[in-house]
Amino acid sequence: MREITGYVGKPLLRREDRRLLHGEGQFVGDIVLPKMVHCAFVRSQVPHARIKGVDFAAARRAPGFVTALSGRDIRNVVTPIAGMQVSIPKGWRDRFHYHIDVPAQQILADDKVNYVGEAYAVVVAEDRYKAEDAAELVEPDFEVLEPVVDVDRALKPGSPVLHAEVGSNVISVMSTKKGDGAAALARAKHRIKRRYYHHRYAAMPMECRAVVADYDIRTDSLTVWSSTQVVHWIRKEIGSILGMPEERVRVIAPDVGGGFGGKGHVYPEDVLVPYLARTLRRPIKYVEDRFEHLVNSAHARDNFHDLEIGFDDDGKIVCIVDDFVIDSGAYSPVGATCAANSIAHLLGPYDIQNYEAKGTLVATNKTSNAPYRGAGRPEAAFAMERAIDIAANSIGLDPILMRLRNMVPPERLPFSVGLPYRDGVPITYDSGDYPQALRRAVEELGGLENFRRRQAEGLAAGRYLGIGVGCYVEGTGVGPFEGASVRLDPSGKIMVAVGANNHGQGHETVFAQVAADVWNVPIDQVVVTTADTAAVPMGYGTIASRSTVTAGSAVVHASAKVKDKVLAIAANMLETPTADLEFRDGAVGVKGVPDLKVTLKEIWWASRPGWDHKRPPDMEAGLEANHYYEPPTVTWSYATNAAIVELDPDTGRVTVEKFVAVHDAGILVNPLLADGQVRGGLVQGIGAALYEEIAYDENGQILMGTLADYLLPTADDTPPITVIHQEIPSPSNPLGVKGLGEGGAIAPPCAITNAVSDALRPFKAEFNATPVRWEQVRKVFAEAGVSTPRGRG
Amino acid sequence: MTAPRKITLTINGTVRSAEAEPRMLLADFIRETLGLTGTHVGCEHGVCGACTIIVNGEAQRSCLAFAVQADGATITTIEGLAASDRMHPLQKLFHECHALQCGFCTPGMLAAALDLVGSHDRLTTEEIRTGMSAVICRCTGYDGIMRAVTAYADQLGKLAPAKG
Ligand code: FES
Ligand code: FES
Repeated sequence: MREITGYVGKPLLRREDRRLLHGEGQFVGDIVLPKMVHCAFVRSQVPHARIKGVDFAAARRAPGFVTALSGRDIRNVVTPIAGMQVSIPKGWRDRFHYHIDVPAQQILADDKVNYVGEAYAVVVAEDRYKAEDAAELVEPDFEVLEPVVDVDRALKPGSPVLHAEVGSNVISVMSTKKGDGAAALARAKHRIKRRYYHHRYAAMPMECRAVVADYDIRTDSLTVWSSTQVVHWIRKEIGSILGMPEERVRVIAPDVGGGFGGKGHVYPEDVLVPYLARTLRRPIKYVEDRFEHLVNSAHARDNFHDLEIGFDDDGKIVCIVDDFVIDSGAYSPVGATCAANSIAHLLGPYDIQNYEAKGTLVATNKTSNAPYRGAGRPEAAFAMERAIDIAANSIGLDPILMRLRNMVPPERLPFSVGLPYRDGVPITYDSGDYPQALRRAVEELGGLENFRRRQAEGLAAGRYLGIGVGCYVEGTGVGPFEGASVRLDPSGKIMVAVGANNHGQGHETVFAQVAADVWNVPIDQVVVTTADTAAVPMGYGTIASRSTVTAGSAVVHASAKVKDKVLAIAANMLETPTADLEFRDGAVGVKGVPDLKVTLKEIWWASRPGWDHKRPPDMEAGLEANHYYEPPTVTWSYATNAAIVELDPDTGRVTVEKFVAVHDAGILVNPLLADGQVRGGLVQGIGAALYEEIAYDENGQILMGTLADYLLPTADDTPPITVIHQEIPSPSNPLGVKGLGEGGAIAPPCAITNAVSDALRPFKAEFNATPVRWEQVRKVFAEAGVSTPRGRG
Repeated sequence: MTAPRKITLTINGTVRSAEAEPRMLLADFIRETLGLTGTHVGCEHGVCGACTIIVNGEAQRSCLAFAVQADGATITTIEGLAASDRMHPLQKLFHECHALQCGFCTPGMLAAALDLVGSHDRLTTEEIRTGMSAVICRCTGYDGIMRAVTAYADQLGKLAPAKG
């Protein structure tokens, strides 16, 4: 299936680097336009309140004030973005029981504020300092309401209800099954049920969100720069809400300082800022600050899984029954995606015949919960992988051996799971070798027997070492589609534009590699544009580990359409049948005759509309094509992560001695960048396991307002990490690739909690919630009366 | 609000003067008043390090200083490391080691690394790791950054063998 050789597969250095290393990148916050004004949002400081009024009198007198709006001012003018921004295909709906009633968020809250950080007014002024000054003078008149601060409370009768139009705090429920979970549980020799909690944290890109908008009266059009992963989604919402043809709305994501899912949907500011530009007839800028990012940009995870595992004496898993609840916060902009992902991924690389899963999304007075790197998979993997460790230990079987007994062996791939994926297509694991990934990971840590010996020796000397693994599979390259536009330029350059957005992945380099090989041109002859709605008519965006698969395939197919015409023109010019021609080094030449060729530049000239062209008769002018690649379904990446940890009985400190990931994303278009993606994800996952946390107090007040409270891992917090790539090609697409953007972040929380629990096995301690806090570890030691061994420092 | 003050400083080898309100952050002065947007602001409260620049030879977080405090100072920002068509050895190593993804932390990383390596005679990799912890990167997992800065110290003959 793989026809491409040359640049694909090479660790090419990135073309994005030069501008970024010289401080010449262009982030949204860097954009300055003539006569530009600035806005600041006024955000709720209470979790739940009815808005009785908003008083701008003092703000209006502030120096530099331009205008101010409350939710009521725009209520019927700027209507909300749809409550759920993604659609669900019929194939999924047919196999699931579900009820989805996701409330829409007002662009500015007009009736009620539902979380600390929700905007209920905006102030525009001549500069940012003045806008913030004026915003501080805005006086809300709030009737404070009782907040709903946790899911248990939210589900109790008599709880306040966030969204009257939904009627309860349950905003979605979905369930599916295969086999008969309940009957299998009843028959199972052993069954263990626990609650597994995957806590609340967030994507936290280093660049906060930002929007600049400019309205052009002559053409009645808007140009919008947003720090986003989804320019085409934003264009659609602006077009429909502001009543403009999409053609007259151009959305660009210039350099974007990280996204990781947190910028993967349309935010109210993406619509309101352009609206203000059109109303004021002046360019306008909004740059979110870190406090706003923490309280208003989407949070993630916050799942409770009540999971029961049934298994026999040999450790063979006979069934899984999982009932989970997601604390969705006030809104759920990408709706039920994470729940659907959790259900689809929970069984992981294992062959399990009976399965029931039910997910419930519950609204609370907290910041909205939306997909972040992994999007439902880290939560599912955490519950499943902890359950396997607990089950294995209960029957005296090593958890690693229990996994090997249950994994789908490579000879059974492609493997049909018996559940539908989110795209509605039955899940088929397409290629890979799961047991090999697990074995290699453990070998890389020195081997299981070796470790168990070390562990026992350590224990005798008062040292607490533990090993933990986390295995998962990941559906990647999901539809519905991605667009690419390929055009031959008069200069002879290949102009490639993709709907996928670039925020650190190196798309400008990766898609140049793909196109250069498809066209057989030196890579410098390829020009790549990303994240500009003017460059490709329809696009989807960079989310869900899908760009290399979907946009890469779109580039291949769009190129094929143009290449056919190029070849026909060259045949006409060279008076040689196309079968005897080949693409070589930026030209089309006669096979076996090195000197007989026409360059792509000459071919463009021959193709041009008008007289004296050299097109074959009946061929239309124009060497350009769009292609919208609609993947038949996803392709399945997978990995094993494995960690060795050591615990300090005095402080509870968790030191990750070594971390290994064996990852398979099929053919790696650029191994250097692929490795960087996986490593970046792993460190985010390690951060989630040990450091990062968003907490609320019992009054619904968020406790994290700075990066001094929200701890991101630094270089010092990063353990030695080994990444091994098993490149088993996907049979599902022309490049043989699988997606890899998210994978890294999925399994560190389970590998590390498993390792910590393993180290604490002498005390039968189980860590079934993330993050692992030192004080919890210390408490286990203290309760066991463990004192510090002498001579250690 | 007090009246704007005139500030004169030398930035990337050029003397620049401009007015700033006393409350204006140095980071905003550099980015907005002087138009040097290579310096980034990731948190505005001194934690992320993206805004790190070199002031009178030392790395400093430009979000933690007021512009008026930099009156008379000599400053280097990312734009001042090398002309656009050339590369400072550290920039070159960042490129070769894939030490950046989104590039948002990069200005701070470069300034921190220049200061760290420049102000030491000998550095172990562990000292480099600790020193580079002054700046947060959300994308890379630090592997490429560590390789780049270690290689830079090595190029300057400053890399010490790891302590046993
Ligand atoms: S912006 Fe200065 S430290 Fe974050
Ligand atoms: S490269 Fe994105 S934050 Fe460092």
